Amino acid sequence: MSGSKSLHDRIARTVREIPRSGIRDFFDIVSTRKDVISLGIGEPDFVTPWHIRDAAARALDRGQTSYTSNMGLLSLRRSIAAYVAKKSGIEYAPENEVLITVGVSEGLDLAIRALIEPGDEVIYHEPSYVSYNPIVQFAYGVPVAIQTKKENGFRLTRDELEAAVTPKSKLLLLNYPNNPTGATLSREEVEAVAAFAIEHDLIVLSDEIYDELTYDDDHYSIISVPGMRERTIYLHGFSKAWAMTGWRMGFTCAPPELTEAMMKIHQYTMLCAPILSQEAAIEALEQCGSDVERMKQEYMRRRNFMRASFEEMNIPCIEPSGAFYAFADVSQFGISAHQFALDLLEAENVAVVPGTAFGACGEGFIRCSYATSFDRIQVAMERIARFTESLS
Amino acid sequence: MNELLELVRKNGRETSENLAKMLGISEEEVMNQLEALEADGIIRAYQAVVNEEKLDHSLVTTVIEVKVTPESEGGFDRIAQRISRYAEVESLFLMSGTFDLLVFIKGRTMHEAAQFVSEKLATMAGVTSTATHFMMKTYKLNGIEMQSGEDDERLQISP
Ligand SMILES: Cc1ncc(COP(=O)(O)O)c(C=O)c1O
Repeated sequence: MSGSKSLHDRIARTVREIPRSGIRDFFDIVSTRKDVISLGIGEPDFVTPWHIRDAAARALDRGQTSYTSNMGLLSLRRSIAAYVAKKSGIEYAPENEVLITVGVSEGLDLAIRALIEPGDEVIYHEPSYVSYNPIVQFAYGVPVAIQTKKENGFRLTRDELEAAVTPKSKLLLLNYPNNPTGATLSREEVEAVAAFAIEHDLIVLSDEIYDELTYDDDHYSIISVPGMRERTIYLHGFSKAWAMTGWRMGFTCAPPELTEAMMKIHQYTMLCAPILSQEAAIEALEQCGSDVERMKQEYMRRRNFMRASFEEMNIPCIEPSGAFYAFADVSQFGISAHQFALDLLEAENVAVVPGTAFGACGEGFIRCSYATSFDRIQVAMERIARFTESLS
Repeated sequence: MNELLELVRKNGRETSENLAKMLGISEEEVMNQLEALEADGIIRAYQAVVNEEKLDHSLVTTVIEVKVTPESEGGFDRIAQRISRYAEVESLFLMSGTFDLLVFIKGRTMHEAAQFVSEKLATMAGVTSTATHFMMKTYKLNGIEMQSGEDDERLQISP
């Protein structure tokens, strides 16, 4: 029909204007090639431990195929409250402070939509997980990215926070252990962030999906800082430490008012998380300590190996103390991170993700995931070494 | 020491360079620890885990439960040693329960295995009875899954 708008023009402006994820662009390039060794994968290479899969299979056998309460199964919420209390010393009421979500992804979306009005500012730190900025924009909020610095190991500092805050700041979005840098915060650093949030009366959204995966020091959660429980939405899930990405299981812990607000959106948009995944998650929490520990130990050895290999190549890395990523500084080779990743793929069939996919300050860095088998990591590191020799 | 042992248990051919990198210690330290483990008789050998079913002439594994009369001196040890000297015997364990020794033997055919039991084992002084089982299929051996391949079906790049 003449005069009608193109489909593209009818797409909501916010959606139209947000660029595609850099990860997806790179994925498209990589997927045209065969026999790539990928260090670009942000999920565990382990399959979900068998007894967790079995718990879901048994639930299916029993015919558990219905909706659950919007909040999620109460028994799962109880297990989660106990798990969080054990780790952080902070108690949440399973009845009205724990909400089961479809991955941390949904938890993030709920929290931001529940709190943000058009124009409200959300402070977060880059390099960051790719969803933060778009989720804020979808809610008509204003993402304010702090460019953390490599000199500080990409750890957030109080000064950077002070420089980012304005009267419109409403939320601070935190992610340590960090994807993509592998950085963690010490207890003192967490306390400094907390003091800042309290002073400026901000609500904190803390994405602690990698909290089990720290290799040098135990993770210290911001909810444990006095005065933070009442202003924090704690986000966690089963994807990483339990190797359950495909189950789409996450949860939020937050004071009743905030939980109720998120629950309203969840109820009308998602209704509830899948029941079989919830059953599996119960098993994961009740029985799974040793599996998490076993996988963590394996990650640690691979991390040690990758760090030592980069050291041999004289390529500095951000100290990889958490998650399963090494963020390696390839700026010495005088090409952009993107070009480095493309050339490495072309020359050696090894895929890494350019740091710029996670924010501008990721320039000069590549993210190498060690959630892949040791044998593959070993070959990949040999190839990277050969490639970088050819560059210098 | 234990972590190193765990790694070589999984892969006896892992290079000391890789072991050193994984454990965050020097290569020299790895060598020293391995030598000590060998000298102490803790590490007895490094072997390959073989999927027999893939071989043209695969070996048959037979498991035999053996009841014996323990000797007044030395108990089960002497007879166990005598049995273990046969080259066919791959593994031999003293067990609690309804029988005493569990013997694993490898042979070219079931017939060969049966012959070993009837001619060499059952006739041995002290052996009072045997029960022979042929192994049909190996699903997992020394911690290694024998039937499944290693497929990685994840997306090649993900956030
Ligand atoms: C920092 C971070 N947050 C959230 C997610 C999303 O996880 P989920 O599978 O729970 O949606 C990821 C996944 O890569 C992540 O790295």
